[in-house]
Amino acid sequence: MSGFKVNHKQYEKEDRKVEFSSGTIQKVRQIISRYPEGRSASALIPVLHIAQEELGGYLSVDVMDYVAGLLGLLPVEVYEVATFYSQFYLEKTGTYVIEVCRTGPCSICGGEKISEFIGEKLNIAVGETTEDGLFTLKEVECLGACGYAPVMQINTEFYECLTTETAGGIIDMLRKKGEKKEGSRWTDKFF
Amino acid sequence: MDRQILLKNISVPGISSFGPYKSSGGYDSVIKALKEMTPEEIISEIKKSGIRGRGGAGFPMGLKWSFIDKKSTSPKYLVCNADESEPGTFKDRYLMEHLPHLLLEGMIIASYALGAETSYIYVRGEYKYIIGILNRAITEAYSNGFLGKNILGTNYSLDIHVHPGAGAYICGEETALLESLEGKRGNPRIKPPFPALKGLYGSPTVVNNVETLACVGPIIIMGGEAYSTIGLGRSSGTKLISACGNINRPGVYEIELGLSVEDFIYSEKYCGGISNNKKLKAVIPGGSSVPVLPSDLILKTADGKPRLITYESLAEGGFETGTMLGSGGFIVYDEDACMVRNTWNLTRFYHHESCGQCSPCREGTGWMERVLHRIETGEGRWHDLDLLVSIASKIEGNTICPLGDAAAWPVASAIRHFRKEFEFHIANPEIVKDKNHGAIEKYINVRSAV
Ligand SMILES: Cc1cc2nc3c(=O)[nH]c(=O)nc-3n(C[C@H](O)[C@H](O)[C@H](O)COP(=O)(O)O)c2cc1C
Ligand code: FES
Repeated sequence: MSGFKVNHKQYEKEDRKVEFSSGTIQKVRQIISRYPEGRSASALIPVLHIAQEELGGYLSVDVMDYVAGLLGLLPVEVYEVATFYSQFYLEKTGTYVIEVCRTGPCSICGGEKISEFIGEKLNIAVGETTEDGLFTLKEVECLGACGYAPVMQINTEFYECLTTETAGGIIDMLRKKGEKKEGSRWTDKFF
Repeated sequence: MDRQILLKNISVPGISSFGPYKSSGGYDSVIKALKEMTPEEIISEIKKSGIRGRGGAGFPMGLKWSFIDKKSTSPKYLVCNADESEPGTFKDRYLMEHLPHLLLEGMIIASYALGAETSYIYVRGEYKYIIGILNRAITEAYSNGFLGKNILGTNYSLDIHVHPGAGAYICGEETALLESLEGKRGNPRIKPPFPALKGLYGSPTVVNNVETLACVGPIIIMGGEAYSTIGLGRSSGTKLISACGNINRPGVYEIELGLSVEDFIYSEKYCGGISNNKKLKAVIPGGSSVPVLPSDLILKTADGKPRLITYESLAEGGFETGTMLGSGGFIVYDEDACMVRNTWNLTRFYHHESCGQCSPCREGTGWMERVLHRIETGEGRWHDLDLLVSIASKIEGNTICPLGDAAAWPVASAIRHFRKEFEFHIANPEIVKDKNHGAIEKYINVRSAV
């Protein structure tokens, strides 16, 4: 899809252990078992979601290589997929990824103002992350909630029928919460 | 016209859980189908019902099922398309959130009729909480004996799994969806072979939309014949319409096919009229991919008949003066809308979502986006309108999948019906440079008053 960036610079392995816990490995096995024998590639998208959530919030080359090994794929087969889908992040993101819908129905109901307002409030442009690493602002295409426009999604949550006041309130609330991300991981919903 | 089939139990407390769902008559259709009917009898009832696919293309469901290669020794698959990414469409989310068991009911019967023992629900990755709701419903169905080995003591066994997408509109196209389910990029496949012969893992596969599958249970209970009398002519049954944009009551409504567009927009039961007492300017009635129509043509056909919400009536007049029912994503624009800005916005969507396989779509959508952007921002050239029409016509029909057409039609129809607005933009760069210029009508009035 258009707009993705791949860094072709010389790559250095990360200075950390990139691997799942044994509990997560169990979950990965369970996902693989949903597909026929020899079709473990089908587990790639769900496993990448888990990897992104558990191994640092984005898909680094090490993370992708690790997933490739786990599913018996070539690394390039994983890169191909990771670069295609907009929910996979290839660069470090903030704790809260704010994704404001920019498509037609949201846009005629004030979506553009929401994104501008948040950008000004956080003092970042679309695509950037705040210096404290808390927020990344993105504009995304239709989130499938057009009747409740304008809409944004922050990590797992949908926020609908937004005004600049409610959007501001949500950001303040999250800032207060800070790094403490609440609740279970969304990929737990796969089970 | 207010016949409710899918949503009739929507207000029963706890209807998303198995208990309340079952006591409202839920899963009766599965009992009937698995215990009293052969797969052939089920397919025949579906054919009689006349139901057409609700995902956008409107292909008859019974016919699609009958294409499945039953003699093939490979496993058969049913895949539910819950990718719902067509701008303006949010009905499947509503169904899955409130009535997940209605979908499972339809999927169990469909899988049995097709001889599938494993079925998948491909849900767009953004619907994270829906994935949780579906998995909870599936667990309930297993523990109550409606999924798993020997369902209801018959020798039919079925597993249903939820598969998440990861953000790609193109994966709603059925062959791209299958590629994605196989763990690849969502590049649509060349057809034929159609999925009924070679689909998931090269096996016979049926892909149906969430809403289409949700209709299966009710059809089995009432019988295909009875279902076919609901609605109007070849548009049988009811349809979920997701209404959004500048209306008083946006939301998901179940209508009997044949309701007039005017009633739908203005009745208090549905959209409740245009918000802030504004006037209606234009409607895209079937998701962003179908042609936009100005208010006069959406309310009445070119020869003055009331426009009805049916496959046929919306298409009347072809692309000159008609549009399509599509997915039922009903986007309403009021008098303040700038059609150039909206067309640019939607074209940016298609450019972003093009998978990049076919040059006409990959390059053409980006080219149209750039040209529309320069018109919208006061940099347009007189030759740009012909250029846009020419690019659109060269994308249309020249790509592997219909995303190219879906990108071309909105541009072609916007220029066809709102040409004056595009010309005004090119002629008045100083006005349109302000991005909040809105509808151009007000400037024209000002000018003629001077
Ligand atoms: C670009 C594109 C996007 C599509 N998106 C969806 C979608 O999100 N949901 C859907 O059900 N069908 C979608 N379709 C239609 C599917 O290809 C297919 O026709 C449909 O899932 C069949 O189900 P039905 O016969 O029950 O409607 C899309 C088609 C195209 C070309
Ligand atoms: S246009 Fe914003 S959710 Fe659909």
